[in-house]
Amino acid sequence: MPDLGLDVLFKGKNMMRLLGGLGTALKISLTAVLLSIPLGILLGILMVRKELVIRAITRLYLEFIRIMPQLVLLFIVFFGSARAFGSDISGELSSVIVFTLWGTAEMGDLVRGAIISIPKHQYESSEALGLTSAQTYFYIIIPQTVRRLIPLSVNLITRMIKTTSLVLMIGVVEVTKVAQQIIEANRMTSPNAAFGVFLTVFLLYFIACWPLSLLARYLERKWG
Amino acid sequence: MNTEFIFKYLPLYEKAAVLTLRIGVEGIIIAILLGIICALIQYGKVPIIRRIVSVYIELSRNTPLLVQLFFIYYGLPKIGISTNAEVCGAIGLGFLGGSYMAEAIRSGLETIEPIQAESALSLGLKPAQVMRYVILPQAVSVSMPAFMANIIFLLKETSVFSAISLMDLMFTAKDLIGLYYKTTESLFMLVVFYLIILLPVSLLGRFIERRLRYAGFGT
Repeated sequence: MPDLGLDVLFKGKNMMRLLGGLGTALKISLTAVLLSIPLGILLGILMVRKELVIRAITRLYLEFIRIMPQLVLLFIVFFGSARAFGSDISGELSSVIVFTLWGTAEMGDLVRGAIISIPKHQYESSEALGLTSAQTYFYIIIPQTVRRLIPLSVNLITRMIKTTSLVLMIGVVEVTKVAQQIIEANRMTSPNAAFGVFLTVFLLYFIACWPLSLLARYLERKWG
Repeated sequence: MNTEFIFKYLPLYEKAAVLTLRIGVEGIIIAILLGIICALIQYGKVPIIRRIVSVYIELSRNTPLLVQLFFIYYGLPKIGISTNAEVCGAIGLGFLGGSYMAEAIRSGLETIEPIQAESALSLGLKPAQVMRYVILPQAVSVSMPAFMANIIFLLKETSVFSAISLMDLMFTAKDLIGLYYKTTESLFMLVVFYLIILLPVSLLGRFIERRLRYAGFGT
């Protein structure tokens, strides 16, 4: 049995530090999700409006955010902000900004899809019944779309948690970075730490995301 | 914006883009093959192996590529399995993409109701013919949108390769920012090169999706 370097995890506070790193990752993704949901709903509603200009702008925003790798967006905000505003913003703030921009785009598209899946006659009927357009959205459209949206947004959360692993590239100390530090610090005493520690990180991400994936699948089956 | 700088370092970006594309394509080929195998195992309900496949799919879908790459690149050599960075990138991408491709293909196969295969068999078609003429044409058109979306997703994921010290586009951009402080130019080139790689694939995906839509009974 080769030395798998798992002993490092039980030295000192290493395991707690890893979990703390995971906490940072979760904090970033949850903050971004909480911001993206209202913004995404707003974007989705804007995207189905009839005004061409609004549609063109929102469409362009969505396509750009979607086609760029998230890491490129992180670089643009993290390195670009210093150039554009002359002041540095922290890696953590940059990642919250990027994940919110990205989450808003994804959420907006989901909302748009959910809204246009509602047949047109429902809008017409509610108009015929004398409801204002705000009332139509509030009482007719939103309740129906929410059911469709919840499983999809849970999926979006898991994608965000997975994507937070990228923030180490702009210097945020999250779980993978902590893992690197632990491996580096114990290089002499346990040279095989890379195996055990990265395996642990791998499993930590799995433990964070898997229940959410199962929940999304369950909800999709239940409401789908 | 300093155009002189851009033209001077254009070859660096070109080289990086070729590397990104090469590993991306290798990884995607591995992903497609792995996906087909896994989807067939699940569709055919092969005992035991099927369990292994579903464990693999859950593991690969619920963990980030960066962590998978770190494990393959830094972790596995410690137990005697070492590879170079490029092979590692392609394998990592294949490992991640295999599960996404499997899901896309399987969902296509599963939308075809068993009654169609049964009817075809009772008409005297051989199992291979049932697959070729009845199931595949319909399954492909159902799977195609997810399939193309996965290809774009995997090409985007290649951006993390710089973490295992491959000289890809991200690496080049970060390097130039660090060396010359030409942030605007470096980031601009980065965006342009990713657009050059991703836009055609995205447009192709949309085109294919439109062409294949007829098979899906009005959906």
